[in-house]
Amino acid sequence: MAARLEVRKTYKLYVGGKFPRSESARTYEALDAKDAFLANVAQGSRKDVRDAVVAARAAQPGWAGATAYNRGQVLYRIAEMLEARREQFVADVSAAEGLSKPRATAVVDAAIDRWVWYAGWTDKIAQVFGNLNPVAGPYFNISAPEPVGVVGILAPQASSLLGLVSVVAPAIVSGNSTVVIASERRPVPAITLSEVLATSDLPGGVVNIITARTAEVAPWLASHRDVNAIDLAGAADAEGVDWVDLEVRSTDNLKRVLRPTGSGDSAVEADWSADPDLRRMRAFLETKTVWHPKGL
Amino acid sequence: MSPRFDYAPAPESTSVVDIADSYDLFIDGEFHAPSSGEYLTTINPATEEALSSVAVGNDADVDLAVKAARRAYTRVWGRMSGAERAKYIYRIARILAERSREFAVLESLDNGKPIKESRDVDIPIASAHFFYYAGWADKLEYAGLGTSPTSMGVVGQVIPWNFPMLMLAWKVAPALAAGNTVVLKPAETTPLTALLFADVCRQAELPPGVVNIVTGAGDTGAAVVSHPDVDKVAFTGSTAVGKAIARSVAGSRKSLTLELGGKAANIVFDDAPIDQAVEGIVNGIFFNQGHVCCAGSRLLVQESIAEEVLQRLQRRMSTLRVGDPMDKNTDVGAINSREQLDRITELTAAGEAEGATRWSPECTLPERGFWFAPTVFSDVSQSHRIAQEEIFGPVLSVLTFRTPAEAVAKANNTTYGLSAGIWTEKGSRILWMADHLQAGVVWANTFNRFDPTSPFGGYKESGFGREGGRHGLAAYLKTEGDN
Repeated sequence: MAARLEVRKTYKLYVGGKFPRSESARTYEALDAKDAFLANVAQGSRKDVRDAVVAARAAQPGWAGATAYNRGQVLYRIAEMLEARREQFVADVSAAEGLSKPRATAVVDAAIDRWVWYAGWTDKIAQVFGNLNPVAGPYFNISAPEPVGVVGILAPQASSLLGLVSVVAPAIVSGNSTVVIASERRPVPAITLSEVLATSDLPGGVVNIITARTAEVAPWLASHRDVNAIDLAGAADAEGVDWVDLEVRSTDNLKRVLRPTGSGDSAVEADWSADPDLRRMRAFLETKTVWHPKGL
Repeated sequence: MSPRFDYAPAPESTSVVDIADSYDLFIDGEFHAPSSGEYLTTINPATEEALSSVAVGNDADVDLAVKAARRAYTRVWGRMSGAERAKYIYRIARILAERSREFAVLESLDNGKPIKESRDVDIPIASAHFFYYAGWADKLEYAGLGTSPTSMGVVGQVIPWNFPMLMLAWKVAPALAAGNTVVLKPAETTPLTALLFADVCRQAELPPGVVNIVTGAGDTGAAVVSHPDVDKVAFTGSTAVGKAIARSVAGSRKSLTLELGGKAANIVFDDAPIDQAVEGIVNGIFFNQGHVCCAGSRLLVQESIAEEVLQRLQRRMSTLRVGDPMDKNTDVGAINSREQLDRITELTAAGEAEGATRWSPECTLPERGFWFAPTVFSDVSQSHRIAQEEIFGPVLSVLTFRTPAEAVAKANNTTYGLSAGIWTEKGSRILWMADHLQAGVVWANTFNRFDPTSPFGGYKESGFGREGGRHGLAAYLKTEGDN
C-alpha cells in the first residue's frame, strides 16, 4: 500500500472574520528556523491593509459596546480553543522559531495563560483606571476609560506566538479593534492563531491579521488616518523598518504611539516571557470624564 | 428697543501690582539677561499700552535652564522624600491664595480677560491645583500605576495665552509632585504672571533650578521641546503646533502629552431646561472671550425648539457687557492679541461668505485695544469653515438635529474630540449620549467646569494624555515597563 500523501494548507490573510487571499495575488515563502521551505503565505498589500482598517472600524463599536462580561467570555474562549489545538501550535512554534518541543510547549502554554490573564481584565479595567472625582462643588463627576478605537500593531518578529498574543490581547481587552502585521519571517503561528480567533466567538474584524513584508506595509498603517493608535513592538529586527520614521508618519492624525522597547533609536524585542503589566492596556485607552450637577 | 440701564463703572484697582520695566529669564533661582540681548514687549490688549519688556530666550538660554533643572533634579528634588516635596508644593498653593488679588489683576492686565474671571476662576483653581497635587507627592505608589512609579527627570513645558496662570498650575504642580524639575515657556503675549510666579518660588524657598521660566516666542518653545536633555514634553496649544511637536519628539524616547484644540458640540434637546441651557451656552462660548480650547463653539439644537432657543440666546447676549477687563461688571473682555483678532475676523467673514446668517447684539466697543462683539451664526451647515475650524473667539455656530443619533453623528463629525455638552432632563439619554460622544470631557446640564481632581484632555486630534486628577499625575511618572 502506497504511503498517504499529506494534505497541505493554503495560508491566507484574516480580514473581517474571513480568510481572503491577498488582493495582490502575491505570496512569499515562509521558511523554518533552518531556512527550509515551510509554506507559501499570502503577501499582503497596501490595499489589504486598508481593507483590514475598514473591517476593524466596522467591528469596533460593536466590540466596545459588548458588555465587559461578554468580552471576558470571548477572550477566555480564545484560551480554550488554543488549548484544544495545543499540539498544532507546539509544532508551528517549533518550526518557526527552531525551539525544542519542551521549549515550544512552554511558549504555547504561556500564550494560553496570557489570554486567561487578559480575559479577567475586561471587567476590571474601568474599576482600576476609572475614578469618581471629588470636585469642589455640587457635581457628579466620573472618569472612565474607553478604547481608543482602531489599533495598528506590528507584531514582534522573533516571538511569533507569545509575542503576538502579548500585543493583541491587551489591545482588544478594552474594546479596541486591531490590524496586525504578523511576524514577517515567522508568519505561520499567526495564521493558525487566526483560525482559533475565527472559531472563538470573537466578532469578525476585531482582530485582522495581515502576513506581509513589514517594511512595505507598515508605513501605510502608520500614516492611515482612520487608525487611532499604533504599537511599534515589531519594528525591532524587522528588515528595512525604521520605527522613528513610522512614529513621524503617525503624527499626521496624532496617533497614540507605543514605542518599541530599547534605548535611543535602537529597538529591541521585549522579553515576552516576563509577566505582563498594565502598560500595554493603558496605552490604548482614552479617559472620558462626565460632569452632572447634583441638586433637587 | 427698551431703554438700556448701564451699570456705573466698578474698576478694580491696579495699585496692588508692580510691573517692572523689563524682565529677565528665571534660571536656577535667579534672573539672567538673555544671551541674545533681545526683549519683546508685552502689552495690555485692552488698551494696546506696553506693560513691560520680556527677555527672549534662545537655544543657549534654554540649555542653561535645562542644565539647571538637571542639576536640581539629580542633586536635590529627584532624591528628596515625597513628604518634603509635598510641603514645598503646599507652600506654593498657600502663597498663590494669599497673593491671589495681585495675580488676578496682573492676569487681566496682560491677558485682557475680565477681572471677575481671573479673580473667581483662574487664580483660585490654579492655587487649588498646587494644593491637590501637593498631597500626591508622598503617595505616588498609590496612584494605581503599578509598584514604585518614578519621576521622569527634566520636563519641558510650553503653555498658551488663554489661561496663563491656570495652565502653569496644570503643568507645574503634577510635574513637581512626581519629583520632576521643570523648564516652562509661557506664551509671548502673556508672560507676566509666570514671571511673578518666580517670586512665589522664592517666597516658598523652592530649591534653585526646580522651576525655570524661559520667556520668548515660538523659537524659544521649539528649543525647549527639542532639547536633548529634556525627558518629557508637555504642550497645550494649537493642533498644528502640537503635530509639529509630535514630529520633533518622534524617535527621541521623550514622553509626550499634548492638550490641543477643540470644536465642542453643545447639544440641546427639546426637553432641556431652556433658560439654564441658554446660560450654559453663553458660558460655554463667551467665557474668556471664547479663548477656550473646550469652548462650546458648535451649538446643536433639536429642530423643534431651535427658533425659541435662538431668540432667548440673542436676548441673553444683549445683556452681556463687553469692555474694560478691569471693570468688575464686565462679562467679555479684550481679545488677547491683534493676530488673534485678525483670525477671528477672517473666519467670521468666511462664515458670512459661505452663507450663514450672522448676528451680534448692539454694543459699543472701546476705540483702542482688540475687541470682538459676541457673535452667533445661524443657518450653519456641517461643511462651513465656522463649523469645522476652531475660531478661538466669542463666535457661536448654530446647527440643528432631529434625533439623538443625528446629534451624535454631527457632534462627532470633526477631527477634534476635546469636549461636549448635553442639555436634557432625561438621565438615561444623558448617559447614552455620553457613551457615544467622542470627547474627553462631557458636561451634562453644565459647561466649562474645571477642578484639580477631574481629568481633562482630548480624543482624536485634540491631543493625548490627561491633565488633572490621578490621570494627570500619570503623565509625569514612569513605571517599570516604560522606556
